[in-house]
Amino acid sequence: MTQTARIPTLAALIVALAAPVLAQQSVATLRGPADLAENGPAQPIPAVVNSDIRQVRNYPEQPPLIPHKIDGYQITSDYNQCLTCHSRTAIEVSQAPMVSITHFMDREGQFLASISPRRFFCTQCHVPQSDARPLVENEFVDVDTVLDYVTSHGGSD
Amino acid sequence: MIRFLKRTWAIIKRPSVHLSLGFLSLGGFVMGLLFWGAFNTALELTNTETFCTGCHEMRDNVFVELQATIHYTNRSGVRATCPDCHVPHNWTSKIARKMAASKEVWGKIFGTINTREKFEEKRLELAQHEWARFEANDSLECRNCHSADSMDITRQSKRAAEAHERFLFTGENTCIDCHKGIAHTLPDIGQAMLHKSSDPNVTELQTFLRTD
Repeated sequence: MTQTARIPTLAALIVALAAPVLAQQSVATLRGPADLAENGPAQPIPAVVNSDIRQVRNYPEQPPLIPHKIDGYQITSDYNQCLTCHSRTAIEVSQAPMVSITHFMDREGQFLASISPRRFFCTQCHVPQSDARPLVENEFVDVDTVLDYVTSHGGSD
Repeated sequence: MIRFLKRTWAIIKRPSVHLSLGFLSLGGFVMGLLFWGAFNTALELTNTETFCTGCHEMRDNVFVELQATIHYTNRSGVRATCPDCHVPHNWTSKIARKMAASKEVWGKIFGTINTREKFEEKRLELAQHEWARFEANDSLECRNCHSADSMDITRQSKRAAEAHERFLFTGENTCIDCHKGIAHTLPDIGQAMLHKSSDPNVTELQTFLRTD
């Protein structure tokens, strides 16, 4: 390798080493280039996915995502507006999916007649999605991909 | 009493001795104008948001709740004030509502909801009055602005379009049936239905649960 060819290689190495640092910086600038003591201009709020089409669960236990807007829907100790469509008795009219039967269970696994208080606040687990660009690359691998990988490498599933 | 009425009637029946016909008729006309003007001005004055939020009962409870909703702040800047939804716009119904509102003056004087706790206790009853009114007049105050004929459901989300097509256009439901709580916090409706139910089965169940 000649001297002239070595310089770009070295540069590439430096860039490669510096890349994580730069990436970290670009994540840290979520609040914008403004100084700590100042407020930067607000980013536009990404639109909420309102397709009403059920989205895939990335693993079986994942709480289903909400495929619609929930702006202003009240979930208070007095009233749960999600249940006006998703309750056992409402789904005939609304044709929405019923709250899962697991939500009727208390922590001893005993089924109650109505939603268990510990499962009352829907948005603790269920969230709508927005079309926001991810700040960092998502390296999540679906469980089926993992299974495929295991079987293709001679493992049993 | 009857004697007093008879005497008054006698005075009214007698033609006036000193005052001219012109004075009486024109004077009556002018006084009528003044009275009518004053009445309408007062009526309009009580039909403003400033008047409604003049009392802390409204300002600190329901008005605060409204401020977070789309009927107070939104992209186009068109907003609804208290009387837009809570006072009918046509004259007869407006006067009827204003007369019913004398109960609210009573409540103000005797402090029926003058604390947060008292208000929360009454919230369900107050909400039910409004829901009943909207159900009875086919959500007229909604429809003063939102017309079903002008509603372009192709510009709505799939979910909204389907619901409006199924329930609103067929007349099966009126606005308030689905859109409760769009402007104010909802009351504890589940508990209320159990407590106040006139269904004998529910009352029997309640007594059973209490004795058990």
